[in-house]
Amino acid sequence: MSNTTMKVDVHHLTRVEGHGNIRVTVEDGQLTEAEWAVVETPRFFEAILRGKPHHMAPTLTSRICGICSIGHTLASLRAVENAMDVQIPPAARTLRLLAKHGETLQSHALHVFFLAAPDLFGTTSVFPLIESHPEVVGIAARLKGLGNDLCDLVAGRTTHPVSLVVGGVSTIPSKRDLEAMKQSVQDRMEDMEAAVALFETLDLPDFVRETEFVSLKGDGSYPWIGGDLVSTDGVVKPEADYRAMTNEYVVDFSTSKHTKLSRESFAAGALARFNNNYAFLREEARATAAMFGLRPVNHNPFMNNIAQLVECEHAMLESIDMIDELLGAEDPDIRAEYEVKPGQGVGAVEVPRGILYHDYRIDADGLITKANCVIPTTQNNGNIHLDLPDLVKQSVSEGKTDQEITHLCEMLVRAYDPCISCSVH
Amino acid sequence: MKYLGIKPQKARIGVFDFTGCEGCQLQLANKEGTLLDFLSLVEVVNFREVSSDKGQDYDVALIDGSITRQDEVERIQEIRARAKVLVAIGACACFGGVNQQKNRFALDDVVAEVYGDHAKDTLPVRAVGDVVKVDLAIPGCPVSKDEVERIVVNLVLGSKIVMPKYPVCVECKQRGNTCVVDLGQICLGSISRAGCGAPCPAAKVGCLGCRGPAEEANIDALKEALMERGHSESEILESLRFFGGFNGMVDQ
Repeated sequence: MSNTTMKVDVHHLTRVEGHGNIRVTVEDGQLTEAEWAVVETPRFFEAILRGKPHHMAPTLTSRICGICSIGHTLASLRAVENAMDVQIPPAARTLRLLAKHGETLQSHALHVFFLAAPDLFGTTSVFPLIESHPEVVGIAARLKGLGNDLCDLVAGRTTHPVSLVVGGVSTIPSKRDLEAMKQSVQDRMEDMEAAVALFETLDLPDFVRETEFVSLKGDGSYPWIGGDLVSTDGVVKPEADYRAMTNEYVVDFSTSKHTKLSRESFAAGALARFNNNYAFLREEARATAAMFGLRPVNHNPFMNNIAQLVECEHAMLESIDMIDELLGAEDPDIRAEYEVKPGQGVGAVEVPRGILYHDYRIDADGLITKANCVIPTTQNNGNIHLDLPDLVKQSVSEGKTDQEITHLCEMLVRAYDPCISCSVH
Repeated sequence: MKYLGIKPQKARIGVFDFTGCEGCQLQLANKEGTLLDFLSLVEVVNFREVSSDKGQDYDVALIDGSITRQDEVERIQEIRARAKVLVAIGACACFGGVNQQKNRFALDDVVAEVYGDHAKDTLPVRAVGDVVKVDLAIPGCPVSKDEVERIVVNLVLGSKIVMPKYPVCVECKQRGNTCVVDLGQICLGSISRAGCGAPCPAAKVGCLGCRGPAEEANIDALKEALMERGHSESEILESLRFFGGFNGMVDQ
């Protein structure tokens, strides 16, 4: 890149949730600026939570995100329940995870097909694909629809769930509805296979920058809700010690905070979960990963798309088993009584874009006095920011045009599936 | 879609997001079953969350989110100047949504609580209608996807737009739910505008009025009835102030 001069200036990147800008400048072969700046307007949820009755915290914080509202609700519930030592019944645990699987499926399908895939087909959105590739849009709509239906059935609504409450869940679907849902999941396995076959024909960019991956640590199964925290650099910490795992700090050029652990940045998300918990994936899902040459530890951020597909398959298979478990239970307990008492609690949940933490302090009247939320995209922003200069240097040395480099930078940010308004909650 | 071999001119729609979770605009993409039919009637020329097209020649602008920073004030004014019809979708755009709870605190206090010494710009939360003229407001948190589609189709076809004036209680009774007030909870279903299908009370959870007041909402009578059942005034106010739809009708 001896005498190259170029500029990437993307204002309000499209096909991502929220508002962010990419700025890269190369002058006379020197990279002088490479920045991923989040410019989303803050909403100050942590400040608003002060003084709120504890049972309203999940309802309020689900509004942090329009895509992963079930994940926020579950992290919030877990923080409240850990603060007050509430033990929820096993069937409630299963129903909550089933709702989360619905969310994982709808969110991953939205990202992989609607937000990321247009780049691979050379279109500006999914809309032109309706005419050029109707079969692809069909697969996407059916898989995403299945995720939404599962959320609607179990959580009462996909966006901003209603039946997930402190102590467990407020309702359980009828056996008839559960049986019909099991059939729908089984029917959609065919679409899942078609989705895998489709992505095998598409080329993802080849880019590697070694980083650290942080997620929940599986304990007998692929982790989704609660448990120890782990990183690919060998750090293991209990859930309550999340602050030492995230080390959040404010940067001047972004309304989202950044985080770090063993290196200057780390990554969370489907690829992080995959890299840390590969052994706990269903055999079928591991076979799918192998078809793409995806093995732990993989350091290509674009492979997050494939890790999301792998997780969709795993979540669908696990959902079938969980529905069977619910069908085998006669009128199970779904909601525990609890006593309001003061305390402090942390809830860590693997939401579609990575590990999410809610942390509340609650007083003797059950009111929240202090709150902290650390969002997956907040954890990824630093990693995206540091990927950019490497990607640009590699692309310039490969002789790519300014336009190609701009497009690659956009695709890189999209690969992380950022949820920007979440990160500026 | 062609009629007599001629491709009709479709209404051009732009979808724009301000401060919020972007969940309302996503409801448009969440209607997988009818999405293709809907798209045969309208052309989406600007929808940043799902498309890289940045067309500026839209007839209808759908606005998601509330206004909380100076750059948003300027952006919504530009959109207003271009759009023939401006529709506010969701509680945030219609009356501030959960965001307006920030207005109960001093601005420098909320900024310091979240960002410490690294202050970030923010304004008191405003509904879209407090900044520019809004032609139509579709409330909800989130909006009902059926309702948004129906209203946009009516708008495009020039049909009359009808929104329920009656309360959520009506839809709740139609579903045969047990009344959650009888289950000991606070529920605003008797004073809140219907159209959502009562998903919250159906899941045994009280309504928080995300669609704002129904016609002739008798807030005082509900407060009295709830207080008779042992709920404190502060708890009831917490519910009434949750989404901002009753602001101006209750003590702040």
